[in-house]
Amino acid sequence: MPAERLLSDLLRDDLGLTGTKIGCGVGVCGACTVLVDDVPVTSCLLLAAQAEGRSIRTIEGIADGDRLTALQRAFITEGGFQCGICTPGQIVSATALLERSAHPAEGEIRDWMKGNLCRCTGYYGILRAVRAAAEASA
Amino acid sequence: MIAPFELVRAGSLAEALELLESDPEAHVLAGGTALVLLMKQGLLRPSRLIDIGGLAELRGIRMNGDLRIGALTTHLEAERSALVRRHCPALASCFGTVATVRIRAQGTVGGNLAHADPAQDPPPMLVALGAVAVLESGAGRREVPMEDLFVDVFETSIGPGELLREIVVPPLAEGARATYVKFLPRTEDDYATVSVGAVLRVDAGGRCADVRVALGSVGPTPVRARRVESALRGERVTPARLREAAMLVREEVDPIADARGSAAYKREMAGVWTERALRALLP
Repeated sequence: MPAERLLSDLLRDDLGLTGTKIGCGVGVCGACTVLVDDVPVTSCLLLAAQAEGRSIRTIEGIADGDRLTALQRAFITEGGFQCGICTPGQIVSATALLERSAHPAEGEIRDWMKGNLCRCTGYYGILRAVRAAAEASA
Repeated sequence: MIAPFELVRAGSLAEALELLESDPEAHVLAGGTALVLLMKQGLLRPSRLIDIGGLAELRGIRMNGDLRIGALTTHLEAERSALVRRHCPALASCFGTVATVRIRAQGTVGGNLAHADPAQDPPPMLVALGAVAVLESGAGRREVPMEDLFVDVFETSIGPGELLREIVVPPLAEGARATYVKFLPRTEDDYATVSVGAVLRVDAGGRCADVRVALGSVGPTPVRARRVESALRGERVTPARLREAAMLVREEVDPIADARGSAAYKREMAGVWTERALRALLP
């Protein structure tokens, strides 16, 4: 693998895992969010070589087969997406948040999720979905 | 998109220093959020990167009277660290204002400083706190006060063959308070239009015993507001005096016009936000 290969390109082009999206390409939009050792990172700014030997989770690995997580179901019931391009990044980010903090305060949810942009302006639905998923795990 | 380069992984600090010494043109890769972006944009075309990401000895936070933050500690780790929060809550919250959680989880404290982007958050806060950068090379170790680390835009006093190993943050003096404020008129994850790190100690008689103020985003490096400090030191700190002193910062900053405002606007806002920062520190 060439040293200049980005993790986002490795996932999409070499492994065919196209659930991870590339939006801005400069680390701002959050569409390419994946978890490296359970921590959300910007895969369009991470060399694939930097992830060597570490555990990578993409949107493809969030659900248990066809069984959606409570968070994914909440995105559906709360209307947490419209066009869907930002949704993988939103769900991967929120998954990491709920794994670290099962019942995050409102401010914590907003701070954590502010790096995932949604141009359909679906932010209220996204916040409702994260809150609902946190409550569901009570 | 990125021009081909050779990636060499350092297995130890000693090996990293050897690699750096043998190839002074090589760039050091830590989290990569800044470096990889510059390479994607074609602004930097290094022939070789030395990946120090795996060096455990450069990671972690400890206390020995001073707070010592290893260069490879991520912003997220520093922001959430109980040691940092206890030592200086304002520093923890400053680390928490860097970009977004993803960038904070990936980008490192040392990488951020070595990158020397004048719009970054930790530099002005660390200058105000009187922090020190510990640089290591094959020749040994030297300590550089944070305000001398920054030379120009994207330029530091880290020499060829040197690596930023850790930063040392002295404790606040008894009775001193610190804050970091960031003016974000556009979006929450934007670079600041102006930011201010400030430390103020007011004695029992209401006089300013000590003060340090540094600003971000309004010059090629963090700007230490020495005129503001001189106007306050030893003086009785009233809101009027604070305001008068804060406005002197307008003569010290050197902002450029961009999408975040004209130079004149940023100069004006530097005064306003310096006053707000200092006022928040009044007992």
